[in-house]
Amino acid sequence: MTKILAVDDSASMRQMVVFTLQSAGYEVVEAVDGQQALDIAKGTSFDLVLSDVNMPVMNGIELVRELRQLEAYKYTPILMLTTETSGDKKMAGKGAGATGWVVKPFNPDKLLATCKKVIV
Amino acid sequence: MSIDLSQFHAVFFEESFEGLELMEATLLELDVNHPDSEQINAIFRAAHSIKGGSGTFGFLPVTEFTHILETLLDKVRDGDQAIDTDGIELFLQSVDCLRGLLESLQAKQDLDTKRAEQLSDVFQAVLDGGAFAGSASLVKTQVNSVEDAANPVPLAGQSSAELAEEAPEVGAVRQQTGFNIYFKPEVTMFKGGNDPVRMLRELAILGQIKTSVDTSELPALQDLVADNCYLSWSIELLTRCKIDDVEEVFEWVEDECELSITPIFEDALRQTMISSQAQLHDLKIKPKVRSEQRLVMPSGPLPELDDLQLPDLLDVPVQAPLNIPEQAPVGDFLVEADTAAVTMSAKAPAKMTTSKTEASSIRVGIDKVDSLINLVGELVITQSMLGQMGSEKEHMTGEHMGNLREGLVQLEQNTRELQDSVMRIRMLPISFTFNRLPRMVRDISLQLGKQVQLELSGESTELDKTVMEKISDPMVHLVRNALDHGIELPSERIASGKAAIGTIVLNAFHQGGSIVIEMTDDGAGIDTERLLAKARKNGLVGASEELTQDQKLELLFTPGLSTLEQVSDLSGRGVGMDVVRRNIQELNGSVEVSSERGVGSTFRIRLPLTLAILDGQLVTVANQIYIFPLVAISESLQIDGAKVNNLAGGSDVYSLRDEYIPILRLDRLFGLRQEVKVLDGSLLVVVESEGQKLGVVVDELLGQQQVVIKSLEDNYIRVVGVSGATILGDGTVAMIVDALGLSNLAVNDLAAAKKMTDAAA
Repeated sequence: MTKILAVDDSASMRQMVVFTLQSAGYEVVEAVDGQQALDIAKGTSFDLVLSDVNMPVMNGIELVRELRQLEAYKYTPILMLTTETSGDKKMAGKGAGATGWVVKPFNPDKLLATCKKVIV
Repeated sequence: MSIDLSQFHAVFFEESFEGLELMEATLLELDVNHPDSEQINAIFRAAHSIKGGSGTFGFLPVTEFTHILETLLDKVRDGDQAIDTDGIELFLQSVDCLRGLLESLQAKQDLDTKRAEQLSDVFQAVLDGGAFAGSASLVKTQVNSVEDAANPVPLAGQSSAELAEEAPEVGAVRQQTGFNIYFKPEVTMFKGGNDPVRMLRELAILGQIKTSVDTSELPALQDLVADNCYLSWSIELLTRCKIDDVEEVFEWVEDECELSITPIFEDALRQTMISSQAQLHDLKIKPKVRSEQRLVMPSGPLPELDDLQLPDLLDVPVQAPLNIPEQAPVGDFLVEADTAAVTMSAKAPAKMTTSKTEASSIRVGIDKVDSLINLVGELVITQSMLGQMGSEKEHMTGEHMGNLREGLVQLEQNTRELQDSVMRIRMLPISFTFNRLPRMVRDISLQLGKQVQLELSGESTELDKTVMEKISDPMVHLVRNALDHGIELPSERIASGKAAIGTIVLNAFHQGGSIVIEMTDDGAGIDTERLLAKARKNGLVGASEELTQDQKLELLFTPGLSTLEQVSDLSGRGVGMDVVRRNIQELNGSVEVSSERGVGSTFRIRLPLTLAILDGQLVTVANQIYIFPLVAISESLQIDGAKVNNLAGGSDVYSLRDEYIPILRLDRLFGLRQEVKVLDGSLLVVVESEGQKLGVVVDELLGQQQVVIKSLEDNYIRVVGVSGATILGDGTVAMIVDALGLSNLAVNDLAAAKKMTDAAA
């Protein structure tokens, strides 16, 4: 079963993301910040990581950078959930090693469609 | 798939209000001269989350407003925009504005976006190169101009912008039928988790594609690095979609590849097709490609490079990179009950929503839930132990009795601990209430031209959620009073040799099963002589009656007495101190005041930790058990017949030291027996409520114990003089006496006594 790690400090966004992905039949594990996500990621493998950018403790950019240091996450698709529409902000995530991004606000359909781009 | 987003709204509102609270608190703490970047970051994050959530859940006015707020905060964060006190004021106003918008949305009311528009305009002005200075006051003066702007005159630029948008369609004379795409990924593309196959697959969704692959960069086998990308593609896409859609496919990798996308027009189509067929060999993209696919070599003997077909390369699944045991999901989980939902979260608990309309929820630390689960586990063990004893032992021996008793002791302990634990779930730190105060103190002291410093301590002291909700308003009132009447103006303070900055200290702590909240100010203190004069004028105190200092202070809580001649804008109007006291007494609590002229005042509120359990004194009256709240009893004594005075109408008063207190006969009041009890030698329980003492005649004083309060109103009807009921150990129901209600009844008792003597006559 396809396993997704969803990282967001906002409970409502997290619930929405988790619910959407679970409804589509994915297995989802959630984390409230980058540090928690990293700890979880170290113990389990995921087919996709979805992460918010602005988070306390460890932000999404740092998370991606840390994940890419791990052998198991060298190729794992990582998508940033970002409100940034400006190019340089999106590129900050790319520079750290993110695969791509989903621009907030997004609806469940858009989220699923984007996830399906990188997992089939 | 259609998912109803409204199911996430409650959480969104809750977290947004929490975010606003955090913004507010951080803004108040922020030192404008040396802004701490982590603080600015925290404010930014809060605004950012609200923006993200509101956009997702379709609350566009909130998104629009937070967007501009966030842009400005971003500039402050990057150091491009200096922040000053006006900036703080402006951000605080934004917090209020957002709170208003969110509250309206939550209540599904019409939105009033006027304030948001005003603030947005000011923010825009600051963004356009202005400074914060003076901008905060700008908002207040802008009300009229915004109303004028409600019907804006169309701008000249608008029409040309519309024209510009239409232009491309007008210009599209030739029919576009597709695109020629050249795509050469950088060798490192896989490292970002991107895969050219994905892009080819997406292009295939957009239309019909013909692909040719350039393998010329493939190195010799011994030099081949498995996770490098050596290939490039020429793609012909036949589609009616726009170039934007094609560009979107490559959106994530546009910086990691060479990419050219050229539109194909109808007349050019034929030629392109011929040339592509002639020069390139086809690569068909398989519609179903597994996600694990990477461009790597298959295991086993390697085929010769010449034999190696690219489709094969693309078709080789890779083993899952890790094989680690599954882990249970972590994070928040939700427990729902019939009436209340309890959301458990590892995060620090934050603001509760006080709105009555929605099902209220409490955030509870995981540790509390864990301890509960642990206790239930112990309870189950005790139960099975007792159960086994009961089923096995037909005839009890002494030893078995001993075991049974031991088991029962354990059961008692389990029950008590379980009760404590369940109670703790309803407990929240008092910081929920305290956190409202810094902003209020700031705003009011600014308004009054006073300088006040608020010190909070004991914020983590826990208190029942219901008690907290009900104590919030009285506390706010006390602090307002201290600001308004207590703390003097800086000039007055300096004149009386005090520091210009006044101090209000709020402290909360536990003391013997109650929680005590103390509020101390170093202001002018309460003018008791003026209180007394006012009370005499209103006829509350006789002209010749002398009062002790404490009694004079007590006057503060008398209805209809305000010391300030002129009602100020803030306090001294509406709710008085009498209401504050009544609210606190309704919670079975008490409030006392001590004050010294010129030095300051201290208000001390004592509250029970919970409303569900009461420390009670059990008494009997005519073989019925009644319970007095311990907190209400000031003393119990044996009546000395000589000190009883009969008043006209059959009512009695008792001379207790230097005051006379009315005597109330519960047996008569509740119609428990016909014969009249002889007062001499009987027991009298003296209860105190709203400064009024009352003696209640009882037959016997039994023990003191904690009782669980059951609402009489919910289960029966409201009875005056009874605040609730409880079930005692032997299963009988006992009424809990309401001291406040009784003292009101005492007044009516005169009439009742009269009625009785009339009936007898």
